Amino acid sequence: MTTTPLEPALFASLDPPRLAGSRCADCGTVTFPAATSCPRCTGQQVLAHVLPDRGTVWSWTVQRFCPKPPYLPPDGGFRPFAVGYVDLGEVLVEARLVAEPEQLSIGAPVRLVLEPAVGVDGAPAVGHAFAPVAEGA
Amino acid sequence: MRADDVAVVGGGLHAFGRHEGRTGLDMAEVAVRAALDDAGVRWADVDLAVGGSNVSGKPDSLVARLGLTGLPFTTVRNGCATGGVALATAVSALQSRRAELVVVLGFDAHERGAFAADPAAYGLGEWYASSGLMVTTQYFAMRTRRYQHEHGVSDLALARIASRAFRNGAAHPTAWRRTPWTEEEVLASAPVNDPLTTYMFCQPSQGAVALVLARGDRAADLCPRPVRLASVTQRTRRFGSFEVFSPGLAPDPWHSPSVDAAAAAFAEAGVAPADVQVAQVQDTDSGSELVHLAETGLCAHGAQEQLLADGATDVDGVLPVNTDGGCLANGEPVGASGLRQVHEVVRQLQGRAAGAQVPGGPRVGFTHVYGAPGISACAVLTADAP
Ligand SMILES: [Zn+2]
Repeated sequence: MTTTPLEPALFASLDPPRLAGSRCADCGTVTFPAATSCPRCTGQQVLAHVLPDRGTVWSWTVQRFCPKPPYLPPDGGFRPFAVGYVDLGEVLVEARLVAEPEQLSIGAPVRLVLEPAVGVDGAPAVGHAFAPVAEGA
Repeated sequence: MRADDVAVVGGGLHAFGRHEGRTGLDMAEVAVRAALDDAGVRWADVDLAVGGSNVSGKPDSLVARLGLTGLPFTTVRNGCATGGVALATAVSALQSRRAELVVVLGFDAHERGAFAADPAAYGLGEWYASSGLMVTTQYFAMRTRRYQHEHGVSDLALARIASRAFRNGAAHPTAWRRTPWTEEEVLASAPVNDPLTTYMFCQPSQGAVALVLARGDRAADLCPRPVRLASVTQRTRRFGSFEVFSPGLAPDPWHSPSVDAAAAAFAEAGVAPADVQVAQVQDTDSGSELVHLAETGLCAHGAQEQLLADGATDVDGVLPVNTDGGCLANGEPVGASGLRQVHEVVRQLQGRAAGAQVPGGPRVGFTHVYGAPGISACAVLTADAP
């Protein structure tokens, strides 16, 4: 699998995959993607912060129809995919979920993975996604 | 009615739906002329206008069609809150005595299908749209599922909301979708974004609405049953709200601007949510109405299940909601949608609803809109005893 990220600024590292957020030095609020000022206290002392790579499904749905452009469908065309918000404790992150609908429920444990994606230029890339993990794994 | 109250003294509406070959401005002209006729005044009598459209032309260019009288004309473009902000602008002009007779209008004529979104316009990277996350219906679905989980509301409740909307739409001459789908048919329609199905979503549509406003000291001369605009409020999101197009969210993100806008509207009007006898609540999808019923204070969180099962939100129930079929049956021409709500509530309080009339002479009405990027506008309307 290629390891060109769809958007480099979203990642603190690719191997192992970790997401890059930010943390307010004044009030501790964590944001994703990384922000340049704090949405809670408006402070501008904001530091880089690596997000946890495990969390639980906060909510989810299945994208059943092909979105309008600028969505880029994969080779072979659009296929329905799952999307959700993952609760990482300090922040919720929206991401595609690499799972069948039957595997998904609110509270299900998931971990960060890289998923093949179509780059904005059409070239192969990877994006952030979450996949189910067995309890205790 | 007190002299310094602001009242709706006339209303006009161009039917909602799809009208090929007709522009938003065409529809707005029809609505304004109908509103002027309803109030028994001429365009030349109007001394201030406020108009809104999100994507379908410049509202102030309507003066070329209605008459070049030189009146001040304010244009508003505030997404889903366009109608509410137009109303609030008109109310302050009347209260500050900068105008005596005001026309407020809103229109839009959208393309078919889901709204396409431009990530740059929302300050988001291209990756967000190209990877398939920038889809409004996903947001509504995830908000609905989480709400159902936290408050124990069933999919059947979602179907009841849609079915009631289509039932009300079927009885309304200017509604767009008038097939009274049953709850079973709503549940069996194709899933769009689980748990929401095709018939649980409204569609972009076309339409226009206009209202004529005057102060209380003049209202009785212009209209046999003027309706008081007791409050009009608008709010943006605060930290911790759950909004569309959010790659990340604060934990427990339920601080909605709808809560703030509704609470301010009730406080300003001196009316309690329990006093409301006819309501319009933003229903771009069944889940949105479900959430907004509680966020506005019209019911407790989780109480929707029983209210819907009991028929409480039907036209003859204790809390009639979206009596013209709401967005689900009318579609959503963004600039016109908020004023459609006000138009319908005015007609209900006047006892002359175009569709099903709430029985018993309702005297207190409420309207609510909510939209991207985290805005809400609400109004409380009251009528004196006949
Ligand atoms: Zn802060």
